[in-house]
Amino acid sequence: MRILLVGNPNVGKSALFSRLTGTRIITSNYPGTTVGFTTGYLKLGEGQAQVVDVPGTYTLEPTSKAEEVAVEMLKEGDLVIDVVDATNLERNLNLTLQLLERQIPVIVALNMWDDTHHRGIHIDAVKLEELVGVPVVPTVAVTGQGIKELVRRLAEAKVPKTTHSGSSSDERWARVGNITSQVQSLTHRHHAWHERLEDASNHPISGFLIALLVLFATFWFIRFVGEGIIGYVTDPLFEYLWTPVLMKLSVALEPGTFWHTVLIGNLIGGQIDYFQSFGLLSTGLYIPLAAVLPYIVSFYLALGILEDIGYLPRLAVLMDTMFHRLGLHGYAIIPTILGFGCNVPAVMGTRILESSKQRFIAATLISVGVPCAALQAMIIGMVGQEGVQYVAIVYGSLFASWVIIGLILNRTVKGFSPELLLEIPPYRLPLWRVVGQKLWLRVSGFLKEALPIVLGTVLVVNILYAVGAFDAVANLASPILTTLLGLPQETVVALAIGFLRKDVAMGMLAPLALTAKQLVISSTVLAMSFPCVATFVVLARELGARRTLIATGVMITAALTVGSLQNLIL
Amino acid sequence: MVMRQRGQYTLVQMGMGQTGTVIDIHGGRGLIRRLDALGIRPGKKVTKISTTLFRGPVTLRVDSAQVAVGFGMANRIVVEVG
Repeated sequence: MRILLVGNPNVGKSALFSRLTGTRIITSNYPGTTVGFTTGYLKLGEGQAQVVDVPGTYTLEPTSKAEEVAVEMLKEGDLVIDVVDATNLERNLNLTLQLLERQIPVIVALNMWDDTHHRGIHIDAVKLEELVGVPVVPTVAVTGQGIKELVRRLAEAKVPKTTHSGSSSDERWARVGNITSQVQSLTHRHHAWHERLEDASNHPISGFLIALLVLFATFWFIRFVGEGIIGYVTDPLFEYLWTPVLMKLSVALEPGTFWHTVLIGNLIGGQIDYFQSFGLLSTGLYIPLAAVLPYIVSFYLALGILEDIGYLPRLAVLMDTMFHRLGLHGYAIIPTILGFGCNVPAVMGTRILESSKQRFIAATLISVGVPCAALQAMIIGMVGQEGVQYVAIVYGSLFASWVIIGLILNRTVKGFSPELLLEIPPYRLPLWRVVGQKLWLRVSGFLKEALPIVLGTVLVVNILYAVGAFDAVANLASPILTTLLGLPQETVVALAIGFLRKDVAMGMLAPLALTAKQLVISSTVLAMSFPCVATFVVLARELGARRTLIATGVMITAALTVGSLQNLIL
Repeated sequence: MVMRQRGQYTLVQMGMGQTGTVIDIHGGRGLIRRLDALGIRPGKKVTKISTTLFRGPVTLRVDSAQVAVGFGMANRIVVEVG
């Protein structure tokens, strides 16, 4: 049996999902699209049922791609749990009535039941059940209240006897109004603390200050946690446990032999240098597991908390004016922030934007100006050694190009840019279960995707080196590199490898003894030019071949322009 | 802060903290549907709770939900105050 969780965005669907299902959860994309959904399993008597967390939707008359998928998925379910936000009954019931017009059994979870009390909302759930004709169970997904009752009554879910299929929007709203007035009464109540905070973060000036504070705290948190994991967990593990093993292997294989070069790489001063040795088992494991993974964990932890608190939509409102100049609207901040973790989900995330012009601009800007966590970890690790000011130059150049390219694209790309229209959910304390579940999905996703590609890239690099294939490429591209960018010939290999993995490419720069200026130029060019192959694939899928080519042209032109300017100015 | 007398205004013109009833939306079917899904439709009472500097979005309270509406869109939603 397949149970679908359907409801408006921000009604606690994910929390309910995490309550119903165990640990065996997976996210997948709906076939033919990049709209993601999560699946898990619920023990039901002897057997088990599949539970699907359908993307949030306000209506079954879709207005965006994600909503289209929600409607498509309805055809493939056996039962719908309609998750309703009890504090916003009217609008949520509009979706409920649309669901009831379909020939699929429905049970209503009247969620956020506890919130209704301090908001001065009284709902007669029994009466509501009578009026809608399907079971209604009050729940508090955050604490687990009512979940057992919901599961117990799943079998009672049904298609109501009196259906109103094909009713118009006006008729439906009229029925919603009728039901609401019969089951709900409101009393006066005082402002809660989080509502005061909500008002403050909506205010133009205090909202701006709060945004600065939140962003600053987030960056601090990501660095603190990331560096902490590196300093206390991954570095000691590699140094004390893995290095001795590798050194034994090194003696056994003898330095200079083929397998030594492939597996362990070059010894630097008789020792393994995890950034420079470049063997499969040394650098190949160290980059994804020790240099990058800690920042992936800390970034996605921070993002998960911000998402769960409900801060991101407020950031979208504050950023709207700026994004407007770039042909986007404030909601584009969400894929952009995702891009600082990994460009792949970020480009997929541009699906939340309405027009193809916006999706093109957003995807191009992310590919050009937003470095992923893996690349950033390496930039901070390597460029940071030369001084913080150099890291600042890299980020400053990226930000400036992001703005300038956005301004240009907004004027040159045809099409229109719809405006921001966005529900702002109330602040909520993050639910650690949900934050943990999301973190696990994202981190394991990174390991599954990145680990094989990093190892494959290191292997390919070693083999290409061995056959001397790089010399040919280096000779070909050297005029551009040396005259325009002021980089030594050897860097071309690293820049080319950036197409496979940016973090590995940065690692390849380590043995070249570049000056600080050259390091700044090469990491900027690496960040701005080609996206990695995984991003390239989603770009092509999202934008189509023609627009992907244009985007690629923009990236290469921009990378060479900015790199040359840096070479002239620095 | 501007407080408006009774009459018809766009959401941009309406004063902060004021409540009005939506009477008209100057827009195509797409816009009307997007707004309708969020509960903003003719006959609905909305309260303006904030604006953003530099022609940014207008934030409304619709029942107990908050909705941010882009500046241009807010300019096309007419409400009656008073």
